[in-house]
Amino acid sequence: MRRNAPVMLGAIRRMVDLELDGEQVRAPEGSTILDVCRERGIDTPTLCYLDNLTPVNACRVCMVEVDGSRVLVPSCSRRVEDGMVVKTDSERVRHSRKMVLELLASSTDMSLAEDAVHRWMDSYGVDVKRYGPPGPSAAAGERDRRQAGHHHVPDGLSAETVAQPVKIDNELYVRDYARCILCYKCVEACGEDAQNTFAIAVAGRGFDATIATEFDVVLPDSACVYCGNCIGVCPTGALMPKSEYDMRQAGTWDESRQAQVTTVCTFCGVGCNLELTTQDNRIVRVDSPIDHSVTHGHLCIKGRFGYEHVQPR
Amino acid sequence: MDLYLKHASATADERAAVDSHLGPPATRWEGGDRDRSEDGRVSFGGRDARSQRHLLLPVLHAVQKRLGWISEGSLSYVAQRLTVPPAEVYGVATFYAMLSTQPRPCRVAHVCDDIACRIGGANSLIDELTAEFGPAGTPNGDATWIRSPCLGLCERAPAVMFQLAGDGPDSADESHAPAAANQVAAVLKGGTPAVFVPGSTPQTVEPRDSSLRLLRRIGVADPESLDDYRKHGGYQALRRALELGPAGVIREVTDSKLMGRGGAAFPTGVKWSGVAGAPARPHYLICNADESEPGTFKDRVLMEEDPFALVEAMTIAGYAAGCELGYLYLRGEYPLATRRLTNAIEQARARGLLGRDVMGRGFAFDIELRRGAGAYICGEETALMNSIEGYRGEPRNKPPFPTVAGLFGKPTLINNVETLYNVLDVVLETGPAYAAIGTARSTGTKLFCLSGCVTSPGVYEVPFGTTLREMVDRAGGVRDGRPLQALLLGGAAGTFVPEAQFDTPLTFEGTREIGASLGSGVIMLFDDQVDLVDILSRVAAFFRDESCGQCVPCRVGTVRQEEALVRLGTGRSKGSGHPNGSITADVELLAELSLVMKDASICGLGQTAPAALQSALALDLLGVGARGAADTSPTPESSTAEKQRTPDAS
Repeated sequence: MRRNAPVMLGAIRRMVDLELDGEQVRAPEGSTILDVCRERGIDTPTLCYLDNLTPVNACRVCMVEVDGSRVLVPSCSRRVEDGMVVKTDSERVRHSRKMVLELLASSTDMSLAEDAVHRWMDSYGVDVKRYGPPGPSAAAGERDRRQAGHHHVPDGLSAETVAQPVKIDNELYVRDYARCILCYKCVEACGEDAQNTFAIAVAGRGFDATIATEFDVVLPDSACVYCGNCIGVCPTGALMPKSEYDMRQAGTWDESRQAQVTTVCTFCGVGCNLELTTQDNRIVRVDSPIDHSVTHGHLCIKGRFGYEHVQPR
Repeated sequence: MDLYLKHASATADERAAVDSHLGPPATRWEGGDRDRSEDGRVSFGGRDARSQRHLLLPVLHAVQKRLGWISEGSLSYVAQRLTVPPAEVYGVATFYAMLSTQPRPCRVAHVCDDIACRIGGANSLIDELTAEFGPAGTPNGDATWIRSPCLGLCERAPAVMFQLAGDGPDSADESHAPAAANQVAAVLKGGTPAVFVPGSTPQTVEPRDSSLRLLRRIGVADPESLDDYRKHGGYQALRRALELGPAGVIREVTDSKLMGRGGAAFPTGVKWSGVAGAPARPHYLICNADESEPGTFKDRVLMEEDPFALVEAMTIAGYAAGCELGYLYLRGEYPLATRRLTNAIEQARARGLLGRDVMGRGFAFDIELRRGAGAYICGEETALMNSIEGYRGEPRNKPPFPTVAGLFGKPTLINNVETLYNVLDVVLETGPAYAAIGTARSTGTKLFCLSGCVTSPGVYEVPFGTTLREMVDRAGGVRDGRPLQALLLGGAAGTFVPEAQFDTPLTFEGTREIGASLGSGVIMLFDDQVDLVDILSRVAAFFRDESCGQCVPCRVGTVRQEEALVRLGTGRSKGSGHPNGSITADVELLAELSLVMKDASICGLGQTAPAALQSALALDLLGVGARGAADTSPTPESSTAEKQRTPDAS
């Protein structure tokens, strides 16, 4: 180590005293309630939150009770304050978390969601059946054409869902919006938080809102640059590399035969870490570790999709 | 950000529509002709280009008005002119009900089928239109009709708003109420809409109520003449405000204990001093005129009949809080108010009452009118700010509050129309004198919108503390002397109030005590012939339609709420094969939905979406209590004999 090297301390932050589930806690000023919960090992469900994105607090599953607040507050974006009294496991909190997960599960195909999501659904006692059998799937493009402020009155016999055919319009990734919980993560990763491409945005309104390109054009006609950062942040498997999708369709995707290998991308000098998922000695998917100081989980088209040349032939 | 514009280019007409608002493109970057001597030597894009995003909604309005819809080509050109990614322009365009991104005929009749119009004859109007033009949305030559949520013309239901596209002088939007099918058909076939007739304030009909304050100029002063406004006391309040100075004005407003009239009842003085004292600059003023709560039309009446007063009140607010620019965000469905206010702002500007040097007193203030485009959610203050900024009208998480970081991230004073009208009297009479009116904690007068099955519907002005019974009596009671079935207070987001509580004084604190809220001042009456299940289904459908879709409790909760209500209403709760095959289970589900929507939604829309339904269930207005008691959901243990004793009443 070089002598007299500067010691990286970061900004000195004042400590804030608050009460968390009956315990006195000190936390650096500016941290969120979620930060404190995680620090103390309190399992807090999150869907739209990711460390490398700006919180949009749209999913409302990380809600906690704060004394003096009429409604629950999203722990992912509310910063701690002196004297705050927070309850993370009250009846109201449990009810809200359960209902949010239940509402999502009743309207969306959650089968490929992260393991943690299934764990939370079990622990909060999600019961999807009470909303009735899932309604019919929409025809391709039908949900994209709905006009804001107009919908068909339901008959109440089935639960409306976002089910629709999967969108396959390029060789690199597919968009299965029947699995989309509208967490806004892909929009953020495509836009301001990572890629600055803005190929997709939220369109439509209310339950008929979708993630869409302009006029729902196919991706090759859009601004998409196939960095795949939307895939990297998607929590429900709605966005998926085509290679993975094809294997799943063929029934050959087998996690028990898979391994994770960390390596460094060889395409340029930036030094992005790659996390390769391999199966039977072939690369089947590429991600980047979210805590890597260079990528923060984001890659470019070459890093994420440019691996065919190293596959065994 | 690079703009990727691959698609169809705009036609000459489409370009003209955009250019009519933005002027011709200056450079090739913006879509103009290539000027080789210039283009290679200057840089485009960057902050300057992106800072035009707030013009997005006005430009989309211009395209919609000229062409009747927003095509791929025009959207692409808008994106290029404003340096906004096309996907985001599309996201904004598809957010609003008045904008269409699919080909739509030029002449569109928006036919209100919301709660007040529903009991005012909308259904038969819709039946007749269906017979002549086909189902809603069917193109019929260059005309079509579609259903619409409340158009704010409840006192003369049924209401229609025409959206007439084209570049001619007669292609303006126009409201029409009460509307007969033959009149609507005539306009759709090329006729001109009838001129709007005033008369929404029964208290201004002779013999005139002499105690009127907010409504005092209505029917007296010409709403199109600044001179007439001044003759009737106009601009005295601004003169007095300039004598008091900004701090003096805020002191009067604080002393008056004026509470916000938009529904949340926040102390106006606290808000004003918060913005005035905020260190960040510039400060912005917003007048929230996006009145869209079903059953509400008080702001519309004020703005149509007394527009100059709003301009004056905004000037005072801007002066006090140190704002140089005020945005007047006006509901898109209010064409007459738009015209009157545009005229008022222009006249005030021409006379030096707005501009760089207001009244020659050295302070600058101007007003920019922005039209909404059919989104109830944009009445929520932070959604409204996003809408002005050119984003989707999705509410922001609070904190930070607008007084700290509002429009464009700057300290913003946002007030409801009615609140601002009150400021004129506060300044003229001094705060303490104003506070003497009404009750100790709810000062001043309040406007109430009476509609539904009432003898004389309209806007009524009364001091706070008047009881609900007095209000109903003042409006002549239930229409045709029929028995009252229910009374809805506060609009679709409000609650039903039982007759036993009609002696509750109408104040913020009084209504809070009975678990209700004044909301926007809606008092809607339903007689014994109204099908309340139908009314509540419309309310549920309204919230499902108007949810912005950002947060899960509201986006999916409003859908599930409507489904459960339909099951209750059609008696399908039982014996439908639905897992929730019992009324009790559906009532329980609705209660659980209500709780998560109230607790976990981002904004007031989701938080109040279950309010009316829950209050109706609590009062058993749907008659499910009796049915629910009979509907003991059969458990496997329950004996056959027990089942036979409980007849299926559902």
